[in-house]
Amino acid sequence: MRPEAIRDKVAIIGMGCTKFGENWDKSADDMIIEASFEALEDGGVELKDIEAGWVGTVTTGGTGSLLSGPLKLPYLPVTRVENGCGTAMEALRNASFAVACGLYDLVLVVGVEKLKDTGLGGLPEFMFHPVYGQGFTAPGRWALGATRYFQNYEIKPEEGKRLLAKIAVKNHHNGTLSPKAHFQREITLEQALAAPIVAWPLGLLDCCPVTDGAAAAVICPIDIAKRFRDDYVLVKGFGVAMGPGLGKEDIDYVYDRLPETQAAAKQAYEMAGIEEPRKEISLASLHDCFTIAELMEYEAVGFSPLGGAKQDIEAGTFTLEGELPVNTDGGLKSFGHPIGATGLRMCYEAYKQFQGKADRRQLKDPKISFCMAQYGHPGFLGPVVTILGRRD
Amino acid sequence: MVGITSYGAYIPVYRLSREILNQVWGGGGKGEKAVANFDEDSLTMGVEGARDCLKGTEKESIDALYFASTTPPFKEKQSASIIAAALDLREDIIAADITDSLRCGTIALRMALDAVKAGSARKVLVVVSDCRIPPPNSAFEPLFGDGAAAFLVGGNGAAVEIEGSHYITSEFIDIWRLEYDKITRTWEDRFIRDEGYTPYLQKAVATLLKAHNLTAKDFATAAFNALDERTHRDMARRLGLDAKTQVQDPLFGKVGHTGAASTPMILIAALEEAKPGDRILLASYGDGADAHILRVTDDIEKIRDKRGIKKNLDSKLMLDNYGKYVKFRNLMEFEPSLEIAPRTSLPEIWRDRNWVYKFHGHRCKKCGKIQFPMQKACMYCQADEKDLEEIGLSDKKGTLSTFSMDERSPVIDPPNVLAAVTLEGGGRFFSQMTDRDVNNLKVGIPMELTFRRIHDALGVHNYFWKCRPARE
Repeated sequence: MRPEAIRDKVAIIGMGCTKFGENWDKSADDMIIEASFEALEDGGVELKDIEAGWVGTVTTGGTGSLLSGPLKLPYLPVTRVENGCGTAMEALRNASFAVACGLYDLVLVVGVEKLKDTGLGGLPEFMFHPVYGQGFTAPGRWALGATRYFQNYEIKPEEGKRLLAKIAVKNHHNGTLSPKAHFQREITLEQALAAPIVAWPLGLLDCCPVTDGAAAAVICPIDIAKRFRDDYVLVKGFGVAMGPGLGKEDIDYVYDRLPETQAAAKQAYEMAGIEEPRKEISLASLHDCFTIAELMEYEAVGFSPLGGAKQDIEAGTFTLEGELPVNTDGGLKSFGHPIGATGLRMCYEAYKQFQGKADRRQLKDPKISFCMAQYGHPGFLGPVVTILGRRD
Repeated sequence: MVGITSYGAYIPVYRLSREILNQVWGGGGKGEKAVANFDEDSLTMGVEGARDCLKGTEKESIDALYFASTTPPFKEKQSASIIAAALDLREDIIAADITDSLRCGTIALRMALDAVKAGSARKVLVVVSDCRIPPPNSAFEPLFGDGAAAFLVGGNGAAVEIEGSHYITSEFIDIWRLEYDKITRTWEDRFIRDEGYTPYLQKAVATLLKAHNLTAKDFATAAFNALDERTHRDMARRLGLDAKTQVQDPLFGKVGHTGAASTPMILIAALEEAKPGDRILLASYGDGADAHILRVTDDIEKIRDKRGIKKNLDSKLMLDNYGKYVKFRNLMEFEPSLEIAPRTSLPEIWRDRNWVYKFHGHRCKKCGKIQFPMQKACMYCQADEKDLEEIGLSDKKGTLSTFSMDERSPVIDPPNVLAAVTLEGGGRFFSQMTDRDVNNLKVGIPMELTFRRIHDALGVHNYFWKCRPARE
């Protein structure tokens, strides 16, 4: 790997994001148009100047025409990508490669998911085999990690649920400061603990909602970024680690850690030149599809030592006022999780924070952001990491 | 001498107290009945009974498998072949479903004895299982129970020899299901008792005893089924048996009437108590009747390691309400689900048949590690598929590595318990857990494997294995 091939080569010059939520009155097309034009206007770019597009979705469409259709793009190269919950970052990553190699000047990247047209209260169960692994829903699979993590670190289930509840309370609080978040509601520790069980030990308030939304970015080579704005944001590095998915069957794996996430973070740190993540990173978006995921990710990406998440949660390390704020916009828990849009939503938060436009949740002087979205569950993960930096 | 060389039984873990039925419909029923879990049917219970029977025996010399049931899950498509696959029997065997009569178990037993006597099979496995659905709020509802029995029939080492039999076949119609019926139908009970059960069973026994110059006093015990508890008591008296010492409990109180499996299960309960040299009277009713003189040999002591009736009875979970029972047997029209219906693929299941049905895994010849399911390359050392050897893992015990309980999963009996089970000797089964008490689960508890119906996607029964907390 040659980190210099991508580090500081690509700039994000415009971003957009719809209101996330149960957007009953909006189609996927509506949300694509809304997010795309917000990004274009934000970057001072005209649609006619876009040369190529990447669009990410998991369930909402099949091909690049998902983007070219609503935007009426005139015979442009548009690629649809899908890589589970990291889909939108995967779109950004591939678009960045095209820009970094010098092929295009202006590329539109969009992530979208329309989930609330299905009639399902939760996500559909993604089935891989007719009879093997049946009934393994997302909360059920992450709860496998919670059970074993608690067991390994001798945390009683009640105590463990309390740690998880703190994450839920934090992310709900951050959501109240994010006008575009799905939820705008504080919750108490007691409410989180008393919530009905979804997949023991996870309760309803440990789970992210099912959400509609879209997010978009316009990117260009670093050398022309200044034409559009001074406070553009730099792409520092990416990491992707598709696990073979064997952890669930591997007796050496004990469901208490996330080796794929660790590997993806390591790649991204190397590409971005980060040696001490906890010190160098100003803010992070972690994939809190379930509170236990955020907890285990603190350790996997090197923010906390193995087994050290508990201490950091109790110390408030990851709150807005803490040493390393995580999910400052409310995260999946509160901002919502339209699967194919989530990765770019995370980048949107970093982008706004760097530009000082993060309203009441604005951090002081943020410089480096770590974003990670991943599909799967302990033992079977596909994480995608994006590290962005402020232009200094 | 040809005879029964091994036996096994299965009683589903769930029991329904008749008090619950009294509360719903009235009545004064006592005791409890065994209820198949929602993922069980006569086929899966048959597999369980057969696995108990085959424990510790070699399977190579089994040349035939007869599956006897009035409730085979397929009307067209053999169940015995699926049972044979789950038991990992040889491919070159004869398999047959022997069905429709409540007496199909004792008929199959005779066919097995004949095959071994004729020399056309070295050993025959007879699997008898029933999961009949009684009409709600009927006399059958508290009576019917679910269960299975299995016998291995062979020429050497018989633990039970059959000294004589007498069969009567009759067109008498008493209890039936038409080709489109889900529930069992019947006629007035007095007619069935007075013109069917009582005369036919009595005649079969009397004819047999007369031919062998025996009387009721020559038997240590009598294992026979009946229409219900009362007709059973009445028959014991008519046969001249001593109710206290010579009559095997028909299991109606704790299990219920298990249809075709009823007489075989009563026999197994008798064999669990039997001493070498004991003579047992066996008799069965349905479409006529049959009666048999059984002699227990010394070899009975070699097959005491079975769960049989006793251990199965001791391991149970009570169904806490009638609603669950209604859901288990799908007795009501429920709200249609908005969930995406499960799908299946017969080619996919066929390609994976060696691990889907037989629960084969791989052992890597390079690194020695065991893995499940079968792999295309070693998951530990990436050795090529040709370096992986197939091994059967279905008998392995395991421990619970982790689990979760999904309340929102669209399963018949939530929560859907997901589990990772580490098998003894290696391999991990990423699995659904069944037959579980959700209040008693923790990492590290002993687990075992069980063959279940996973779903009926696309109108076909799709079977596979699940894990469950060890039942003993």
